[in-house]
Amino acid sequence: MTRALKVLKAGPGLTVQDRGRPGFLDEGLSQGGAADRLALAEGAAILGQGPDCAALEFAGLGGTFEADADLRIALTGAPMPAAVDGAAVPWNASHLLPRGARLTLVAATRGSYAYLHIGGGIATEPVLGSRSAHLVAGIGAALADGASLPLGDDPGTATGLALDPGDRFGGGTLRVVESVQTGRFTPAERARLEATAFTRNPRSNRMGVRVAFDGAPFAAADQHTVLSEMVVPGDIQIAGDGTPFILLYEHQTTGGYPRIATVIPADLPRAAQTRPGDPIRFRFVPRDEAIMAEAAMARLIADLRRAVRPLLRDPHDIADLLSYQLIGGAITGEEET
Amino acid sequence: MAAPDAFPAIRDVGLCAKLVTFADRMSEPANRAALAFRAALEAGQMAGVAETATSLTSVFVRYDPLALEADALAGRLQALLDREDWFAAPLPAGRRLWRIPVVLGGEHGPQLAEAAEAAGLDEHAARQAIADARVRVLTIGFAPGQPYMGELSEAWNIPRMSRLNPQVPGGALVVAIRQLIIFAGPAPTGWRHVGQTAFRCFRPRAAQPFALAPGDEVTFREVAPQDLRRIAAGDQTGDGGATCEVLA
Repeated sequence: MTRALKVLKAGPGLTVQDRGRPGFLDEGLSQGGAADRLALAEGAAILGQGPDCAALEFAGLGGTFEADADLRIALTGAPMPAAVDGAAVPWNASHLLPRGARLTLVAATRGSYAYLHIGGGIATEPVLGSRSAHLVAGIGAALADGASLPLGDDPGTATGLALDPGDRFGGGTLRVVESVQTGRFTPAERARLEATAFTRNPRSNRMGVRVAFDGAPFAAADQHTVLSEMVVPGDIQIAGDGTPFILLYEHQTTGGYPRIATVIPADLPRAAQTRPGDPIRFRFVPRDEAIMAEAAMARLIADLRRAVRPLLRDPHDIADLLSYQLIGGAITGEEET
Repeated sequence: MAAPDAFPAIRDVGLCAKLVTFADRMSEPANRAALAFRAALEAGQMAGVAETATSLTSVFVRYDPLALEADALAGRLQALLDREDWFAAPLPAGRRLWRIPVVLGGEHGPQLAEAAEAAGLDEHAARQAIADARVRVLTIGFAPGQPYMGELSEAWNIPRMSRLNPQVPGGALVVAIRQLIIFAGPAPTGWRHVGQTAFRCFRPRAAQPFALAPGDEVTFREVAPQDLRRIAAGDQTGDGGATCEVLA
């Protein structure tokens, strides 16, 4: 029988996301997929399942869910206060969601995108090889109250496991490389990009992060003669009003606005996870340094499973420690103390 | 990185892609060169290359920089560039001719008069020019399946508006810079909205999700608003009443 997760209450911007659908750029369709790729990988690692499993992405706001069978869940990305039947459960960890139990998540305390992963993954019908909603392209849609999500078979049994991800919530410095149109900006304008203290503007979404700043609008030398050209995730587009806009995975495939630089992929999780008002700075790095950062990110993702540890908790916080462990089946009593 | 002095040029886009550019402005030979060069890349299946795509006059090559060094890829792209005169390449094979019903002007094309004025034509002549045009899909981009079609005569070299249309509907026919676009979905645009089709550029769950391909030719058949409504109401395929034949 197909297991399902019921969406009792969906906050705005709740979507199914996986790693997106690469390979359709020539057809005008960008890859899309989870805004924070690292959070997607973290959830898969905690549940010990493949990286292609689809999860639920929250745009910073919460929701209430009910399991129609015993489910394993993991929570990653922007931390949200979470509770199972009213008992708080920790973030960046896996838990049992018993049949009939309710999971409640409320607005993220930091960051913008949170993820609810389920053992076996969400098994909605793929479109063009992916289950991701691509809102700009009109594939899928934000979930509404009452939705029921079919789930894949879950061969795993372990819960009560956790990861300790580095802090990428709250903004910071984003490394950028020069790109095809960087030369259209004067050296002074490029220096100003690095010297300016930006913040995330609330008018940001899965397509991109708009930034706010004090100072004159940014401008290319020949702003209006740029031929529409291919866009990549991380491109910093200077819109008509002179405001930088960091494009994320759900971008339009081509753009006519000039792009001053490109945020390296390793720093896109941090860019996506900023929330309105968080500080953002840009720093140009040489290409070899950017490649090293990519290699480090690839290693970090490859090592996530090894970094998973038993969730150590104060036994007083757990109503029924023994049954929790037996159902979870992952850890022994010795490890818990 | 400055604008290149000579074409074709190979440049980096971000960290994970190269761009092979055949011209810095739209031209028919450069567009043909881009389409043919991409076809050759796809046929050759270069190791380490993840994906290729064309824009108006460029070929985009996405790769994994941890698996393939940028210089090595550039060398291979240059070798392929040197292999032949890409500007002399023929158009893609299997091209089709589409004939798409459109309502021009009025509430379905509220900026036809404004576009005509920008093109130095009276509204009747502008309407006739679009109704009589036979354009080619130069590239697909921006949104899924969305065609950039051209080139219209030099009179239509009208700039995009500095103030955006807040939203045009899916199927909208818009014009600027000697090109026409049929919008894939509702979107804001700086192009002028001159007509409306019931054509769906993107059909996510169809066997052929992307209706048009670069090289396809498109003409329009002007219909009355009530005809378009009737066509849209009875449309099962997304073709919006269009006919399609393979060009010999």
